Amino acid sequence: MKTATFERGVHPNDFKELTASKPVQQARIPKRVVIPLSQHIGAPAKVEVTIGDEVKRNQVIGSPPGFVSAPVHASISGKVVAISEFLHPSGRMVTSVVIESDEKDESITLKENPDFMKLSADEIKTCIKEAGIVGLGGATFPTNVKLSPPKEKTIDTVILNGAECEPYLTADHRLMVERPQDIVAGLKLIMKSVGVNKGFIGIEKNKPDAIEAMKKAAANEPGIEVSPLTVKYPQGAEKMLIKALTGREVPGKGGLPMDVGAVVQNVGTALAIYEAVRFGKPLTERVVTVTGKGVKEPKNLMVRIGTLVSELIEECGGLTENAAKVISGGPMMGFAQWSLDVPVIKGTSGILVQSEDEFVSSEEYSACIRCGRCIDVCPMGLNPSMLSILSEKGHYEDAKAYNLFDCFECGSCAFVCPSKRPMVQFVRLAKSQTKPG
Amino acid sequence: MEAKRDQFIVSVSPHVRDEESVRHIMWSVSAALFPALLASFWFFGPKAIFVTALCIISSVLSEYIFQKALNRKITINDGSAFLTGLLLGMNLPPSLPFYVPIVGSVMAVVIVKQLFGGLGYNIFNPALLGRAFLLITWPKAMTIWSAPTAKLTGLDAVTTATPLGILKEEGVGKLMEEFGTKSDLYMSLLTGERAGSLGETSAILLLLGAAYLLYKKYITWHIPLSFLATVGVLAWVFGGKGTLFTGDPVVHLLSGGLILGAFFMATDYVTCPTIRKGQIIFGIGCGALTMLIRLKGGFPEGVMFAILLMNCFAPLIDRGVKPDLFGAVKEKKK
Repeated sequence: MKTATFERGVHPNDFKELTASKPVQQARIPKRVVIPLSQHIGAPAKVEVTIGDEVKRNQVIGSPPGFVSAPVHASISGKVVAISEFLHPSGRMVTSVVIESDEKDESITLKENPDFMKLSADEIKTCIKEAGIVGLGGATFPTNVKLSPPKEKTIDTVILNGAECEPYLTADHRLMVERPQDIVAGLKLIMKSVGVNKGFIGIEKNKPDAIEAMKKAAANEPGIEVSPLTVKYPQGAEKMLIKALTGREVPGKGGLPMDVGAVVQNVGTALAIYEAVRFGKPLTERVVTVTGKGVKEPKNLMVRIGTLVSELIEECGGLTENAAKVISGGPMMGFAQWSLDVPVIKGTSGILVQSEDEFVSSEEYSACIRCGRCIDVCPMGLNPSMLSILSEKGHYEDAKAYNLFDCFECGSCAFVCPSKRPMVQFVRLAKSQTKPG
Repeated sequence: MEAKRDQFIVSVSPHVRDEESVRHIMWSVSAALFPALLASFWFFGPKAIFVTALCIISSVLSEYIFQKALNRKITINDGSAFLTGLLLGMNLPPSLPFYVPIVGSVMAVVIVKQLFGGLGYNIFNPALLGRAFLLITWPKAMTIWSAPTAKLTGLDAVTTATPLGILKEEGVGKLMEEFGTKSDLYMSLLTGERAGSLGETSAILLLLGAAYLLYKKYITWHIPLSFLATVGVLAWVFGGKGTLFTGDPVVHLLSGGLILGAFFMATDYVTCPTIRKGQIIFGIGCGALTMLIRLKGGFPEGVMFAILLMNCFAPLIDRGVKPDLFGAVKEKKK
């Protein structure tokens, strides 16, 4: 099978067998949810409820103050018991709404559209916007913004990202196996909303069942092509995926996919779009892969937004004796958590618990020996070795001459570094100490 | 579970790492040199073992003492001092007074490597600069070559000249006289049955080690190939007597320290360019300088000086040659 790919990249073990064959299971409805008002890129939502309010599921609890933002909805029915700063998976404290369940799980009435394929582009985008849909692959960029490019940009291709190149994660994989028709419907809605009739669904070929299911679902759609991708990290990075499927390179120095006529959406996002447009369902739940050697029974769970990680771990049999590190997201780009009292947000694709024996210290690193491995694997064609050395020595401005801001922190350089240098940390440090341009 | 809540490790992504380490790379390179080293023991006897052991022990020891004295982290386990000692030993003639390898090792490890900041910061290849220092300090001792006749017996070997030395001083005619037919000459160059440094001996065993390093991706083809190709072409064009295009590239490719230098020393991570395109420039530079010295210089062999000179250019090459940036913006349109 010929597969599409980008240049360079790395091959970490994927460990997907832990959950790849486990169907998505509905997680228990939590007694309490903590819903951050900022779960997306852009301005945090403005709170629309007060303490003591009774809310129903799917009710708006935070509304967007500007264009680049997204509304936030109640994921259970119950009473607002607190509005305060709570721990967020990013490690920061974020204003969040805490709802205590009344155990009825009652929803507000949703506006269904049985004739959803007849809606206009603007109507589709309005549905998406009102449902609070953001990029579910982890980037959490508001979807309707992404689908509203400026007039001078011509979009001719929509790409659905089913690469799921992060090791361990199988949330997208399971959705593609279990709900291929709905994902294709979501893709058609995206294509309609940007006026395009060419769509790709890119899937790494380590998911043959997903490829088959999606191919079957898209069999009668002449404009949609299911493309197997080489198994390589970071195949699912937006720029890499566009390169693999269309051969186009998103320009550096802040270029966007729309500059090369492409819009990329995650397969989970496509499903959320279908549900929002067809059933009027806001984004209040998502699939989360709870996995790793540190958790007793790894599972794929359909989880209400705001559920605490501690509850998911419990539902998966608890932690093992040697659980050492809890990561929100995948092992390559996810964030390590110091507490289990952190909620699942719209961008949480997985909860990975590593055991002690998997842990690699990032404190014991040594000088760069200039072996060039990082340069060989950097998907952006940067010189990570030089960036790390410049950052280490405090020459942040000089790092810009080495295209510091083109780095999207995929971690491939750190993965291969024989000196075990914290490359991503060096890059983030330099970025924080200087400005693009 | 409650008790565990504040015990999670927090660190920056990525949370998985490849198994490769500096230490593993260094020991693997040392292992790759082992077959050729054994051959040199066979050809030159116990003296060769003595010289190599002396280099390794004094390299590791001087790194230990230096780091201990300066209260630095002891890094002798990373294998780099061992490798420096091993490479220095393989760059020396088999019979030397005992203090010469010691001085060379201290020079290589303490002055060339540690005083510049330790592994990763040195500008020059430590073993090669150590050897250059010895060559200048003891020019006579460093150019007394034993004939490869010891065969582990420990008999005092006859001294003789290296093939490149004969080529330089007395010409190709004499070389043929010494070795018989052309194929006899090639064969002894390949197997290593000839005078020279310990590591200049068996081209075939060195290539075996090099193949292992290439297979394991510890080195890439860029430097060795461009280095060897340049030497081959220049030897063919300018290496003949009087007329162009009559030289014998095979003799030049298999003689001297070229194989050892091209695969094991010019490829030293720290002192060569990091970007593959730059490594090709580096290799061509090494090849051209080697042939300039061999054909026109005062020394019969030029690999060492060629690599050391190109080491100076490595940072400059890295500055000039950039990797292919994804989505490179050719011109600013706005």
